[in-house]
Amino acid sequence: MEIWDLHCHLSGVPGNTPEARLGKLLEYADRMGIARLCVFMGLEWSYDPSPEKMRQENDEVLRALKHFPARAFGLVYLNPKHTQASRDELNRCVRDGPMVGVKLWVAQHCNAQELDPIIQRATELKAVIFQHTWVKITGNLPGESTPMELAELAARHPETKFICGHSGGDWELGLRAIRPHKNVFTDLGGGDPTAGFTKMAVRELGAERVLYGSDAGGRSFASQLAKVFGADIPEPAKRLILGENLKRLLRPILQDKGIKI
Amino acid sequence: MIRGAPVHSLARREFLKLALAATGAAALKSVDAAPISKRKTELIDVNVNLSRWPLRRIRGDDTPTLVKMLRNQDVTQAWAGSFDGLLHKDISEVNTRLAEECRNHGRGLLLPFGSINPKLPDWEDELRRCVEQHSMPGIRLHPNYHGYKLNDPDFARLLRRATDRGLIVQLALVMEDERMMHPLMRVEPVDTAPLADLIKATPGLRLVLLNALGKLRGKPLSNFIAAGEVYVEFSMLEGVGAISSLLAQVQVERVLFGSHAPLFYFESSLLKLKESPLTEDQLQAIRYRNAKRLLAKSL
Ligand SMILES: [Zn+2]
Repeated sequence: MEIWDLHCHLSGVPGNTPEARLGKLLEYADRMGIARLCVFMGLEWSYDPSPEKMRQENDEVLRALKHFPARAFGLVYLNPKHTQASRDELNRCVRDGPMVGVKLWVAQHCNAQELDPIIQRATELKAVIFQHTWVKITGNLPGESTPMELAELAARHPETKFICGHSGGDWELGLRAIRPHKNVFTDLGGGDPTAGFTKMAVRELGAERVLYGSDAGGRSFASQLAKVFGADIPEPAKRLILGENLKRLLRPILQDKGIKI
Repeated sequence: MIRGAPVHSLARREFLKLALAATGAAALKSVDAAPISKRKTELIDVNVNLSRWPLRRIRGDDTPTLVKMLRNQDVTQAWAGSFDGLLHKDISEVNTRLAEECRNHGRGLLLPFGSINPKLPDWEDELRRCVEQHSMPGIRLHPNYHGYKLNDPDFARLLRRATDRGLIVQLALVMEDERMMHPLMRVEPVDTAPLADLIKATPGLRLVLLNALGKLRGKPLSNFIAAGEVYVEFSMLEGVGAISSLLAQVQVERVLFGSHAPLFYFESSLLKLKESPLTEDQLQAIRYRNAKRLLAKSL
């Protein structure tokens, strides 16, 4: 069984260059038996990047990918506040480049209309949309989306494949919010390895909609893999979550790009 | 009682001797039975809890299931507190039940660490009961759930009394991510600012910080470690290659294995030992040697 990690960053990893950091991530991934990593966002993060900053972060990911084409995929980081620049960046990195999906973070609430032209273009390119979500009792960031807002967006774009980042953080709420929308998959990564998380995700969404992701380097591969290895779910469900689901999600765009998996 | 002269009942000393011997015996047995490639060393988990998390049922929130789960993971000893210690006011009953559960279901695996709330009337007698009635090797503290700060004089007194009685003190800084707490059960993480001075002011204190490494890093962490005999476990430590990074800040002798099971998946801490490249010596120190040495000082 091949493990694919949906959710990695170049931040929080030692190394002075993008390729040094991705190389380091892969060293640890090798120790944990992880075959492929999806990487997004640059060496230094920005909540609300300008078009220029967006391009710079994506350039850093492109540069890292070039060194490890058989081991890593990239998602293009976009800011919906800059709609046209985001569409241009999509064309540059996905249509004309090797990237396979979109990362949206905390610049803009994801139920906003500004997202629609970006989602439409991404869908034409068969790119998956990874939207960060969190429900924080301590208070969300000003532009930070909730899984309920992602549910609204997903209802407007039933043909698009969305991934609910962190399962909403407060997963007992997040999983319920996305449950009715079959085009929304969920990311197990980036939160504490709280027991019961994965079992609830499988119970409420079905194993086919649950994806392993780590949020490394800020998180360990170990703590996030534990959510699957330690879960009280059948072995075939674990295989789906650890790799098969992500392969299935990416297959259309990888086929278009002539990438064999 | 004379300050500085540890008071140990004979029964407790015998109990702890047995506990130390038991981890060795269990390990030997598994070595004998297993082929060389499968040989397991000991594994002491210093951070598990019995009973129920107040907000969710979890696998292992009954003692027999937890014991089975820990044994399946080759844990040879687990230091157990009780989730009931967070909110129950009748802490005597919590500690009695904890000791009974460990005795009745643990079969030498579970060592009880009683809850002490220094804001409860007559808490000092609770401390006495932990030692004299329950033969506990240590106590577990939850200042944020018990409503006091570390600059509270009662906390300083509790550290001294526990040290006088030869108890290991486990201090839990958080129990879960502050961002996803139940709206009616929100508590702030323990503010550790006063801790370094308290450690220095309590000679002989053996302190284990639980659930601490989510936020505690760098200089503040190394200050605590340098201030006295302070240990950390890594159930909440995150970051790629996290144990390697930790060992760059803290000497390996002060690092203990802790899982925060059953609230956390046990596999998380176990896999962290795989993710970081560690020498056999470092692995042994973290898996059991440090905890064993710490426990032996309670004799
Ligand atoms: Zn992330």
